[in-house]
Amino acid sequence: MISGLDRAVRHIGHLVVDWVWKLGAATRFTGYVLSRSSDSVRRPQLTLNEIYFSGTLSLIIIVVSGTFVGLVLGLQGYETLKRYGSADALGTLVALALMRELGPVVSALLFASRAGSAITAKIGIMKATEQLTAMEMMAVDPFARVLSPTFWGGVISMPLLAAIFSAMGVFGGYLIGVVIIGVDSGAFWSQMQASVDLREDILNGVIKSAVFGVAVTLIALFEGYDAPPTAEGVSYAVTRTVVTSALAVLALDFVLTSFMFTGV
Amino acid sequence: MHARRDDLRTFEPETPSTLPLVSADDLIELRDVEFRYDSRAVLSGINMTVRRGQVIGIMGLSGSGKTTILRLVGGQLKPTRGTVTVAGERIHELGHKDLYRLRRRMGMLFQFGALFTDYSVFDNVAFPLNEHTRLPNSMIRDLVLMKLHAVGLRGAAHLKPAELSGGMARRVALARAIALDPMLMMYDEPFTGLDPISTGVISNLIRRLNDALGATSILVTHDVRESFEIADYIYFVSAGVIVAEGSPETLRNSADPFVRQFTDGETDGPVPFHYPAAPYERDLDVGRGA
Repeated sequence: MISGLDRAVRHIGHLVVDWVWKLGAATRFTGYVLSRSSDSVRRPQLTLNEIYFSGTLSLIIIVVSGTFVGLVLGLQGYETLKRYGSADALGTLVALALMRELGPVVSALLFASRAGSAITAKIGIMKATEQLTAMEMMAVDPFARVLSPTFWGGVISMPLLAAIFSAMGVFGGYLIGVVIIGVDSGAFWSQMQASVDLREDILNGVIKSAVFGVAVTLIALFEGYDAPPTAEGVSYAVTRTVVTSALAVLALDFVLTSFMFTGV
Repeated sequence: MHARRDDLRTFEPETPSTLPLVSADDLIELRDVEFRYDSRAVLSGINMTVRRGQVIGIMGLSGSGKTTILRLVGGQLKPTRGTVTVAGERIHELGHKDLYRLRRRMGMLFQFGALFTDYSVFDNVAFPLNEHTRLPNSMIRDLVLMKLHAVGLRGAAHLKPAELSGGMARRVALARAIALDPMLMMYDEPFTGLDPISTGVISNLIRRLNDALGATSILVTHDVRESFEIADYIYFVSAGVIVAEGSPETLRNSADPFVRQFTDGETDGPVPFHYPAAPYERDLDVGRGA
């Protein structure tokens, strides 16, 4: 019984020590990525390539998902608002839900699954096939040449993708509410315009998505860089990226929402 | 399955005339180098000198510490003790900038090429030129084609690494490694997994390019035939120590049991066939009543 308890305590101890080690390594990794960012500015083509890799290639999933989320939101919102005789407020409901929450959060989750997993796989395979080491031996810093531009590419892409997601969601809401159900078009747009605040709603949404972009891209890069150089190692790293990013996005969303919208 | 250090005959140096000397002609010098990974000694008491212009072979079993020596010379690892001097500079004491300045004069061929898979053959070879020079595109193009021509693959410039055979990928990686005309070339198991023709081609290129560039080469391998053919001097490493060294001719006639076992490919000798284990009879319960 004592030895079982002893084993359990040791196991927990190992887990804690491993976690602290990983946290330390991730912090140092973040420091390297940020301190080697000058090349991303000096050679904007490197960052633009990564915006294409993370952002442009995620457009399809963002556009389609945004539209469908808007369609569902419009349908559900209409059914609820109709009970209270407020169907005209459908535009407000759709816009606020998307810009404050669904836009940044859902697009970040989609970004983690599409771009985050791709980044981890790319960096993990580059490491496993010694491409990063080869770069170092050619006196080219992989942090400056690959990791930092990828980071900034992700950070820039994320708010743009969230904005596109929200815009497509509003379009979906309009399509279902105005075009199909028959809510008044003027009421839909004017109520939305009157109730959506630039700073309170749109800017906060942009800040949220930028924070999610930082978190997801850093997690994706670190997991790829930290992955054991084997097929199995890279595969686990990709899974960890998606799971950790999703949890991080949801946790950060709660914290940010607490500060932004409830005055905590 | 590694030879234990006490299994090996103590190394006795050859006649002084065949040993490399420590002088201005020496490009690389390792002195009393020890490298530990956690508490495990990977290398200990390594003394090695590489003269300019030579092709040096480092041979030994897998896991004996050969590649670690290469990584110490390239500044990827720092020795736990001792010094690693490259071109007069202690590479393990250099800062990031100085290390990269020195690495610009080095080239390394990795075991499987380590080509950038998203780039074409041309772009792979152009990579170091684009990163380190401000030459016009037309000149870079000419240089890349010249390097590819030197390895016989000018016609493959437009291909992607996935379209190349193992031997071709190794040659492209070689063209990339020599793009900046390095003073030092390092080869990490360049013959692994290659067919005899490709092995011969790579082996020939290593020697030919070394002489044409006026470079110095370190060749880490366990391919006896090729390294004895092209190397000027060979070190045998086992279990992290140098157990024999000399010119290929001397080693070919050596009576050292390790050298003999390694070069003749014998299954038993100083490097035992069996991994250390409990007595066979005990494991099989021989002698215990039915």
